[in-house]
Amino acid sequence: MTNLVEIRDLTVEATTDSGRWIQILKGIDLDIAAGETVAFIGESGSGKTTAAMTLLGYARPGCRISGGTVRVDGHDMVTLSEKQRAALRGTVVAYVPQSAAAAFNPAATIMDQVIEVTRIHQLMPPDEARRRAVALFRALSLPNPDSIGDRYPHQVSGGQLQRLAAAMALIGDPKVVIFDEPTTALDVTTQVEVLRAFKAVTARRQIACVYVSHDLAVVAQIADRIMVLRNGAVQEIGSVDDILKRPTHPYTRELLHAFHPDTGGRVAAAAAFATDTAPLLEIKTLSAGYGPPQSNGQPLALAVKGVSLQVKRGTNLGIIGESGCGKSTLARAIAGILPACNGDIQFDGRELWHSARQRSREQLRDLQIVFQHADTALNPAKSIEDILGRPLTFYHGLRGKARDARIDALMDMVRLPRALRHRLPAELSGGQKQRVNFARALAAEPKLILCDEITSALDTVVASTIIDLLKELQRELGLSYVFISHDLSVIEAICDEIIVMYRGQAVETIIPSARQQPQHPYSKLLFSSVPKLDPTWLDTLDIDADRMRVA
Amino acid sequence: MKTHTSTGSLATWSGYRINPVGLVSFCVVLLWALVALFAPYIAPHSVGDMVDLDYFGPMRPGLWLGSDYLGRDMLSRIIYGTRYTVGISLAAVSIACFTGVVLGMTSAVLRGPVDMVVSRVLDAMNSIPSKLFGLMVVAAVGSSIPVLILTLSVIYVPGAYRFSRSLAVNIDTMDFIMVARIRGESLPYLIGSEILPNIVGPVLADLGLRFVFIVLLLSGLSFLGLGVQPPYADWGALVRENIGGLPFAAPAVIVPSLAIATLTISVNLLIDNLPQKIRDRSAS
Repeated sequence: MTNLVEIRDLTVEATTDSGRWIQILKGIDLDIAAGETVAFIGESGSGKTTAAMTLLGYARPGCRISGGTVRVDGHDMVTLSEKQRAALRGTVVAYVPQSAAAAFNPAATIMDQVIEVTRIHQLMPPDEARRRAVALFRALSLPNPDSIGDRYPHQVSGGQLQRLAAAMALIGDPKVVIFDEPTTALDVTTQVEVLRAFKAVTARRQIACVYVSHDLAVVAQIADRIMVLRNGAVQEIGSVDDILKRPTHPYTRELLHAFHPDTGGRVAAAAAFATDTAPLLEIKTLSAGYGPPQSNGQPLALAVKGVSLQVKRGTNLGIIGESGCGKSTLARAIAGILPACNGDIQFDGRELWHSARQRSREQLRDLQIVFQHADTALNPAKSIEDILGRPLTFYHGLRGKARDARIDALMDMVRLPRALRHRLPAELSGGQKQRVNFARALAAEPKLILCDEITSALDTVVASTIIDLLKELQRELGLSYVFISHDLSVIEAICDEIIVMYRGQAVETIIPSARQQPQHPYSKLLFSSVPKLDPTWLDTLDIDADRMRVA
Repeated sequence: MKTHTSTGSLATWSGYRINPVGLVSFCVVLLWALVALFAPYIAPHSVGDMVDLDYFGPMRPGLWLGSDYLGRDMLSRIIYGTRYTVGISLAAVSIACFTGVVLGMTSAVLRGPVDMVVSRVLDAMNSIPSKLFGLMVVAAVGSSIPVLILTLSVIYVPGAYRFSRSLAVNIDTMDFIMVARIRGESLPYLIGSEILPNIVGPVLADLGLRFVFIVLLLSGLSFLGLGVQPPYADWGALVRENIGGLPFAAPAVIVPSLAIATLTISVNLLIDNLPQKIRDRSAS
C-alpha cells in the first residue's frame, strides 16, 4: 500500500553569510497515511518547520532542497516545476501559519481571503465557495458563521483568526494540511478551543496533518505519531504512547523532564525566610494605564485597576493571566517605567515614587526588571563584558581588575562560559542571551527582581534550565522574584504565591504549596486549560471556554 | 545596505571583505586627501606665478595641465585649490553632522516639548533653499572662509538632524534603552553609549553623502563668485575664472570640473561599497 506522503532521504541545505552551503536537514525518511496526524517536535533551529515546508516543495530564501524525494499524493514535490507545485498548493497540500494575524491582509474582508484559493485554482463558482466557507466556519465552531466572513481581520480575536486561517487552508479540500505552531501565540484558554476545532474538522474529513510544535503536551492531544527532531536529524519516531511513556532517546527524555518541573525545596526555602514578617514590597490599590489623563485624573485606558499585593523577603510571587490582562503593565508600574496614577508602592519599608526618575539610585538598584525579549533588551552593539560591566561601574563604582573579576563571577553564577565575554549578543543563543539579561540584573545586587515573561520566548528545555538557575540563585543570594507569565507550569515551579489577574484586577490569590484549589471562575478556566501530557486530556476536558469567558 | 556575493571580492582580510570598486574609489579619495595635505611640497610652481607666455596654454611637458587665463600653471592651481575645496567641505560637514546627530539623538531620547521645538525650528530652516541661503549670508556679511564654513554647516544641519533622529527613534523604543533609563543613566550616556553605536554605520554613510553635497554647493557658490575669493581659488572658482577658455577647448576649464567629479563620485562609490564585516556564524 502506498502512503499519502512518502519522504525519502530528504536533505536541505542553507547558505551562510560567506556563501558556503551547510546541511540543515540531514536525511529524513517519513511516511504519512491518509487521515493520519504526525507531529514534528523539537527546539527552535531543529529544522522542524523546514521539514514541514518541503511538503509544499518550498525552501525558504537562502535554502534549497538538495537531495531525496518528497512524494505527496504521487507527485514528487522536489522535481516538479514551480508552476506545477503552485497547482498542488491549496488543493493537495495546504499550510496554516503560526501567526494568523500576519497571514491575513488587513485591507480585505475575511471571506474574500478565505475563498481566494478556489478563485486561483478555479475550483468552483464564488457563491458555492462562500457556502462551503460558511459550512467550514460552522465546523470550526466559530461564532456567527454566516456573517463572520464579512468582517475584517482586526475585528476578530486571535483565536478566531487562527481558526479562520485553518478554514482558508481547508477550503480547497487538501489531502494534507501543515499546521506550523498554530497555537503558540495564543493564550491557554484560547488554545483549547482552537485545538478542539482543528481536531474535529481534520478527523471528520480524513485529512492527513503535519503538526509542527515545540509543545509536547499540545502535540499529545492532536497527533497519532510524533517525530522528534534535533539539529536537522530525526532522533526518534513513534506513536504518542511510545514517545510519552517509553522514550528511548535522551533528548526526548529531556523534553519530557522539562514538563515535570521540580517544585521540591520551595516550601523549605520559603519557611526559612518567613520569620522576617515585614514585606519587601507592598502595593496598595495601584492603578495604571495609558493615554492622556481624563477629567477624573485617570488615564484614558486603565490597564491595572486597584491591585494590591505583598511580596515577603526571600519569597516569590507569580502573576498570571491572559494577554491584555494588565500583568506586564503592573510590572512596569512597579518598576516606575509607567508611573502609576493611583495607589502606594512600599519597598523595603519606604514609600517609592511612582516615576523611576524621582527614585533614588539606591532604590533603582534594589529593584531590577528583566524583560521578555533578550534580543531587544541587550544592546546589539556592545559586548557581553560591557553589558555586564556597566551596572557594576554605575552602581558600585567598580573599575579595572575588580570589575573584571566581578564580571567573571557573574558569568559563572548564570553558568555562562567565560570565553563568551567578548562576544556580541547576536553571537549567543536565545538561552545564553536570557542568562546575560538576567546576570545584568544580578550585577546591581538587587533585593527584588521583576521577571516579565522571561521564559516565554525560550524552548521548553531551555526555559526549565533557566527556572532551575533562578531557584538556585535565590537560595544563594536570598533574592525575591515577582514572576510574570502566562504559563502556569513555569509559575507553579518557582512561586510561593500566585495572583490571577483578569481584566486589570487581581481576582484570586493561590498558594500552591497549600494544595489550594482555585475558586474564581476565571482561575478555574485558566488552571484547567493548561494542556496535560495525557493524550486523552482534550477529549475528556469538561469546559466550554467561550461560555466561561462570557460568564 | 549592500549585499555581497562570494564573487567579486578582491581580498578577505581579518574578516573584512574588500570590494574592488570600493578599493579604487578609496584610492582616489586618499589621493585627493594627500594632495590637500602636502600641496606646497608637490606643486611645481607657486599659485600666483605666471609661467606661460600664452594664456589658456595646452598640456605639455612642464605644464602638465596647461595654463590658465593669466598664464599660471594649472596643475599648481588645482593642487592648491584642493586644500580649499576639501578643507572647507570637511570642516563644514563635521560641524553639520556633529550638531545634527547630537541634536537628533537628544530629541529622540527626550521626546515631548524638546523634540517638538527642535524639530519644527530645523524643519523651518530646511525649507529655505540652500543656494539662496548661501547667497543671502554672503551678501549680508561678506565672504570669508569662516563664514563659508559656518554657512555651509548651518545649511546641512537639518538634514543630518532628520536622518539621525529617525534612526535614534527606532533604537529608543528598544528594551535596552528602557533598562538604561531605569538604571538612572544620564542623557550623555544614553545618546553616546547606548544609541550612537547602533546608528554609527548609517550616520557615517550620511556624513559621506553630505560631504559630497557640500563640495557641490561650495563649488557652485565659488562659481557664482560668492565662495573663496581671489587670489585664493578652490575648484569651483577655478572653473569660473577660466570659463573664458571654453571656446579654445582649454584644459583649464575641464580639469577643475574633472577634479570635482572624481572626488564626489569616488566618495559616493566608496560609501556604497564600504566593507561590511561578514561573520560566518556556522564557523563558530
